[in-house]
Amino acid sequence: MAETLHYRTATELGRDLESGAVSSEEIVRALIERTRAVEDTVGAFLSCDEDDALARARESDERRARGERRGPLDGIPVGIKDILAVEGQPLTCASRMLANFVSPYDATAIRKLKATGAVPWGRLNMDEFAMGSSTENSSVKITANPWNPECIPGGSSGGSAACVAAGEAPLSLGSDTGGSIRQPAALCGVVGMKPTYGLVSRYGLVAFASSLDQIGPFARTVEDAALLLQAVAGHDDRDSTSFKTEIPDYRRELSQRRGPWKLGIPKEYFGEGVDPEVEKAVRAAIEFYRSEGCEIVDVSLPHTEYAIGVYYIIATAEASSNLARYDGVRYTHRSKEAADAIDLYFKSRAEGFGPEVKRRIILGTYVLSSGYYDAYYLKAQKARTLIRKDFLDACRKVDAILTPTTPAPAFRKGEKADDPLRMYLNDIFTSSGNLAGIPGISIPCGFSESGLPIGLQILGRPFEEAELLAIAHRFEQAHDYHTRHPDLT
Amino acid sequence: MAQETIDIDYVANLARIALTDEEKERFSGQLGQVLDYIEKLNTLDVSGVEPTAHAFPLENVWRADEPEPGFPVETALKNAPAVRDNMVVVPKVVE
Repeated sequence: MAETLHYRTATELGRDLESGAVSSEEIVRALIERTRAVEDTVGAFLSCDEDDALARARESDERRARGERRGPLDGIPVGIKDILAVEGQPLTCASRMLANFVSPYDATAIRKLKATGAVPWGRLNMDEFAMGSSTENSSVKITANPWNPECIPGGSSGGSAACVAAGEAPLSLGSDTGGSIRQPAALCGVVGMKPTYGLVSRYGLVAFASSLDQIGPFARTVEDAALLLQAVAGHDDRDSTSFKTEIPDYRRELSQRRGPWKLGIPKEYFGEGVDPEVEKAVRAAIEFYRSEGCEIVDVSLPHTEYAIGVYYIIATAEASSNLARYDGVRYTHRSKEAADAIDLYFKSRAEGFGPEVKRRIILGTYVLSSGYYDAYYLKAQKARTLIRKDFLDACRKVDAILTPTTPAPAFRKGEKADDPLRMYLNDIFTSSGNLAGIPGISIPCGFSESGLPIGLQILGRPFEEAELLAIAHRFEQAHDYHTRHPDLT
Repeated sequence: MAQETIDIDYVANLARIALTDEEKERFSGQLGQVLDYIEKLNTLDVSGVEPTAHAFPLENVWRADEPEPGFPVETALKNAPAVRDNMVVVPKVVE
């Protein structure tokens, strides 16, 4: 079993642990071996505390030997994007600003994850402070797309997507502000879900744009994603924007919600600007649902063309405010060249932040500055109201909306690195979901002729994650894309 | 189309970031393109539309006012760049 252990799903590993076929320690050792074999090519990890993971795995095995089992993830390793606080572990956000930061506490999502017995597994690469769509903005390293190492894995949660695709972890956590879970999931051929804003506590998630950020799961199957979402969802007193809502048993709901569903196709998400291979794969997925008895209807999201502009105003405005805390004084990089206290801010921030973070802070500061606030920020907030209304209106007519996750498969490293606007347009189909606060999932729905994965995005009503997972599960059950793995040998 | 320009010195000063001349030139050009793209918003009529700051507005979220333990001083100072006598050392701010 050892040679294939790294591509077993969390659900399968859970059964293996239950039957005694494998121990948690053996799983972690298999992942250490796998990571050593492929990490030179993939580059998903910023660091990995193997001793901590092995110690937690042994604790899980000891629990199990005593007849205790905390839940389906007990003993299962979960990769963690380096933006979530894990006590005693580095928390760098792939930034020089936090290069030496060690977290003194657990994020709520991590605390809950540990309570289920899951094993935090490594710190995963990302665009610096989650700003980017290719993980090329990491100050540390470039992560490769496991399907073609010449290509980017997407971003900002590129490490979280790549490690799951490469068999370096069965599951991982990421964060999604404008598509940072769904877009890399699509480009790496794995499942990635952004929950409804407020389903998962943001306590201990380093803030990028607080009204848009949300933590969510990566997995190789929908069922595994459901298990990980289950572990982290729920109200938290430490995040007053987290919702008091009943959390269903997502895995059970997968088999209980059988449709047939009424599915909306927004015309604004097809045609010009969409790669023909992506459109073909998504159209084929739509036909699959039709053949399953689902009613397919046209819907309109008329304000789609404004979404990227609105997103980049609101996200950078919030970022310019959130990132003011990195001042060189209390817990960050501090310049050794500063002449006085004020100069300390200027130089520490100049040295600590990379180019994309600086660009976004400048843009965000500009749209909030005196004389421009009404024209940009206030106007964007009003447009956000219209974008949100588009989705809520559409979702009254249908159970979910089907779209491509990205306009094209993964692009080559360096291709858009110097063209921020072109890079920003990668988020064109995902950022609206954050502005509206609704949940979305990306699942593999095909491959391009050159062998790169293509993602289907399913968007739905607020707090209807169970419905989205069930719709996604139906597709997965009838296709084998999730069983294919990149050749990394 | 006339490219929007950002007064980069003014904004960088507000943001407390020292930029090199090369960065100023590059960012001005790139952000000008982004602003041109954002100009599209001017074609949208938002009169009478209320702004949205949060997707799900919540008001008056209370919890019980019970004291909880916080970090010990040593823990809170662990990541500080310079520490003396349980305090963060900073450059002199008053003459």
